[in-house]
Amino acid sequence: MNTGEQLTIEQAIANLAGDDLGLRLYSAWWLGRFRVREERAIQALVQALQDEDDRTPNGGYPLRRNAARALGKVGDGRVVPHLMECLYCEDFYVREAAAQALEMLKDPACVPSLLQLLAEPESVPHPAPELPYLAQPFDAIIEALGTLGAKEAVGLISSYLEHEVPRIRFAAARALYQLTTDRERYGEILIAGLRSPDLQLRRAVLADIGAIGYLGAAQPVADTLAENSLKLLALKGILEQNLPPDYLTADTIGVMNLMDSLL
Amino acid sequence: MTDIDELIRALDRADSADSLTEAVKALAQTRSVKAIPHLMQVLSFNNPGAAVAAVDGLIQIGVEAVPYLLSQLDRHNYTARAWAIRALAGIGDPRGLVTLLGASTADFSVSVRRASARGLGLLKWYWFPPQLREIAQLEVLEALLFVLEQDEEWVVRYSAVTGLEAFLPHYPPATARVQACWQHLLLHDPVPAVRARIAYAQQNLLTPPAIQPEPLTATIDWEEILARLSARKRQERLRPSDPANYRQLAKTIVCQDL
Repeated sequence: MNTGEQLTIEQAIANLAGDDLGLRLYSAWWLGRFRVREERAIQALVQALQDEDDRTPNGGYPLRRNAARALGKVGDGRVVPHLMECLYCEDFYVREAAAQALEMLKDPACVPSLLQLLAEPESVPHPAPELPYLAQPFDAIIEALGTLGAKEAVGLISSYLEHEVPRIRFAAARALYQLTTDRERYGEILIAGLRSPDLQLRRAVLADIGAIGYLGAAQPVADTLAENSLKLLALKGILEQNLPPDYLTADTIGVMNLMDSLL
Repeated sequence: MTDIDELIRALDRADSADSLTEAVKALAQTRSVKAIPHLMQVLSFNNPGAAVAAVDGLIQIGVEAVPYLLSQLDRHNYTARAWAIRALAGIGDPRGLVTLLGASTADFSVSVRRASARGLGLLKWYWFPPQLREIAQLEVLEALLFVLEQDEEWVVRYSAVTGLEAFLPHYPPATARVQACWQHLLLHDPVPAVRARIAYAQQNLLTPPAIQPEPLTATIDWEEILARLSARKRQERLRPSDPANYRQLAKTIVCQDL
């Protein structure tokens, strides 16, 4: 936009190769935040997926996590093979960030790898260092399969509807909403989640509903006990996935009236 | 002991986020002036659920809450200040005008800009003395168009559309300019929800709502509002791109805090 921003892009790329670990981490985040699509930035981020310098006490790779997230946001499909390699990283959160980034890049080439992680969760040699009771970031994997339209995953994902972690059950409902014709059934599971006593969970379900755009959830979303900003985002998702070319129907007007009441 | 004292005691006794929110809602429903200082206090707790309920309650109470809200703006608790601005936006009292002009164009919090842009459309214009009204309306028009064209957050632009829709029936001379802006953005705003809201505003304005003035119940120092408006104008002339610059600066600081 202006020379000030150019300078900062230069700086961020330089920082990624510098000695200051904190600055590297921040720069990776920054390049994603501003969706910097410059070749050198993308190369620097891909390089950062292999970083060995920045380790948490438990063996995690913070820079790799941020780089994977940034590459998802930057949106260049050529990095898909690099992100697929990250699905086998020993750090749980790198695998999670990679699955989320692959979902954003919408390239079905990664579906077989995601399916394999779901079918054989213990196949990665080192389980999560910081979440020992989960072998895989199941919610991120399931959400990616749903967005990527992987109908072959329906059977496997259905088995997660009963998972002990609520977040994962809702991810399964969200994906099955996208992958099957039984939309009302799975939409209603998510609506029930909006009434969970756990605020974090209600926030997560709001994001799920925004992602799938289930019209039947508009009023329950508006009634949810959560921040207006998150409810508005969910309603925006519903509105935009039900918009005809000339915008106005009784349904879309109803959603906008709800949004207006939350401004 | 009256019911309201009991409700205030329940608020003081609340020991969880949920019970606090419930207590605030119950107190807010009384719409009593006596509830104002207690609802104000909730704005400085770090509890969004309770704060939303308190803001709703203060909006219901309306003009009588305005002096309390304005005094909150002078304090240093940023969160409480942001909630107070949101309450002012919902009330539409002319004493909130200059605060909302500044907040909608320059606050670094998205939710404050969002609420302020809507609030500028909700001002009770029929209370303004004629000589001040047009000066203020021109300021509001400029602010809302600036926000709609420049804000990088979709929800703030969406909110500005609702603000303009509510504003136009009070100031018909702006119709051509606003419609031209909307026509342009119907083709060019990147966010479908914003474009949809523009289409909805255009449809609504085919049959504009009748304006039903409420009686003026507050004592308003119009001289002071005019003085603050002029001070704002002077400042703008000194630093023409001030709002955007300020926000950029604020955003940089926030990012570095992460």
